[in-house]
Amino acid sequence: MSPAPAAPPGAFLLPLALVLPAIGVALAALLGGRYAQRVALGTVAASLGLAVAIARAVWRAGDALEYLVGGWAPPLGITLRADGLSAAMLVTSALLIGAAALYGRADFTGPARGEARAPLAFWTLLLTVWTGLTAAFLAGDLFNQFVALELLTFGAVPLVSLGGSATTLRAALRYLLFALIGSVLFLLGVGLLYGAYGTLDLALLAGRVRVDPAARVAAALMTVGLLAKAALFPLHLWLPPAHAGAPPAASAVLSALVVKAPFFLAVRLWFDALPGLATPAAEQLLGALGAGAIVFGGVLAVRQERLKLLVAYSTVAQIGYLFLVFPLAAAGPAAVTGGLVQAIAHALAKTAMFLAVGLLARGLGHDRIDGLAGAARALPLSLLAFGLGGVSLVGLQPSLLRRTALETGQWWWVAAMLAGGALTATYVVRVLTHTRSASGAPAELHAPVERSRELLALALALAAFAVRMLPLASLLRIGRGA
Amino acid sequence: MSGATVFGLCGAALVGLGLYGVATGHGPLRKLLAFNVLGGGVFLVLAVIARRGAGAGLAADPVPQALIITGIVVAFASTALAVALVRRLAEVDAAAAPGSGDGTGTVEPPGPHRP
Repeated sequence: MSPAPAAPPGAFLLPLALVLPAIGVALAALLGGRYAQRVALGTVAASLGLAVAIARAVWRAGDALEYLVGGWAPPLGITLRADGLSAAMLVTSALLIGAAALYGRADFTGPARGEARAPLAFWTLLLTVWTGLTAAFLAGDLFNQFVALELLTFGAVPLVSLGGSATTLRAALRYLLFALIGSVLFLLGVGLLYGAYGTLDLALLAGRVRVDPAARVAAALMTVGLLAKAALFPLHLWLPPAHAGAPPAASAVLSALVVKAPFFLAVRLWFDALPGLATPAAEQLLGALGAGAIVFGGVLAVRQERLKLLVAYSTVAQIGYLFLVFPLAAAGPAAVTGGLVQAIAHALAKTAMFLAVGLLARGLGHDRIDGLAGAARALPLSLLAFGLGGVSLVGLQPSLLRRTALETGQWWWVAAMLAGGALTATYVVRVLTHTRSASGAPAELHAPVERSRELLALALALAAFAVRMLPLASLLRIGRGA
Repeated sequence: MSGATVFGLCGAALVGLGLYGVATGHGPLRKLLAFNVLGGGVFLVLAVIARRGAGAGLAADPVPQALIITGIVVAFASTALAVALVRRLAEVDAAAAPGSGDGTGTVEPPGPHRP
């Protein structure tokens, strides 16, 4: 059946973008470790093209793209929807998955003959995560959001345990338990909303929802579920061991993208599906948790002895910034835009930092911060990428968020952001000071570090700066009625 | 009290029990079982929602039933994944410390991880 006649040009891209990585997963799994890499690289390249095409179509149309699957309109049918938020997140994710894939090529090349489990697992899981992300960004109804969250969990948890050591297995198990409880609470909330309003479609729900106990309870359940998956303080316990124990390419994807999907869905839930339901108390509570994450994550990051754990705790802190969107959004949509810009900039910077740390650990044979002496001479490009990524976290403070906080008189969030910035500067500088050796001799390298991978990390760190120059805010506002 | 109310209350009780078990359970296996109790409660609530929403001569609204079946598949798959992780962890622990591995694979705070 053809899509509804009213579909704007480019709507057919949405199902393509969703189906392509899913086909990639199946193909990679079928063809095995020898070909999985080629399948993955091809799929990611094609997906990147599709994501850019979708963003272009959204930009040109100046409105959200909608695709009715099978031509059935909601409430019976399923809608795929791409507004400015979806388009921006899709392009960012496609770019970063591509970067992780390029970086992972050296670590996960299949053997010329025979079967290999690690490459097969890595490439299949990477594509699974990408499918889940696409589904989360394009889902137009609550139940597809749930399925997307589950896909992400099933892709991300095994990625954590790829190393196979007891530590990573424990981390993966803990991550899985948090994620499962998060998703079952989300599902319960979805069920309650359906029971009360008879629809799962986000747009229809927004029109029908009233301020009543059922909607309140459902929203609370779904929000808590999403917080567990986004690792917002105090539900962050699973994140540092999981993100620090995974291979660098996987850590980058987990930290930059996978925890952003639940945040994205929380934004969808609060502002698109259930507008007008939030109370100031609930908003301030989410903001307080965000501020707690900024301070607590920052302090713990400063205290870490290992680079990978430091970067992981930095993610805990950075997630806090995103949730400041909720108390600030009462003033208008600028806060949502600011939060998403922050999410995108952090995704780029964090990928750069995890990849750079992975290269440092590979070159030096360890990732202890006190053993970094001489690294500045031996691996200057990786260190530059790490430093620039860190500086972009400090310097590119969420300016839109800060402005909104000041405009709405909520100065306490500004205080939290400034404290977070100071902490970020502290841990970045602490690492950089350890990299100078007293003698000025470069550190001895245990393994060769490819120049191309160093440049990749550096390019991402620079992109974290450059992303602010793009007209992101205008794109993010498209199709959001504001 | 109608049947739907009884089942709804049972579902809510199971959700409560499951959450309590997940929060207080020791060891991943107990937490996993508690998660399944929690899941059972959620599916029961969804089934009640399906029954209450019955219309047009149907015994139940098919949409929540579709949610249940998907949810069960997901819960089953994740339980299998978790059990596989628990088993693998027990094997790795036993191999690392012969004689001292207790095989329960309790989730401990992360130690310093190996490079």
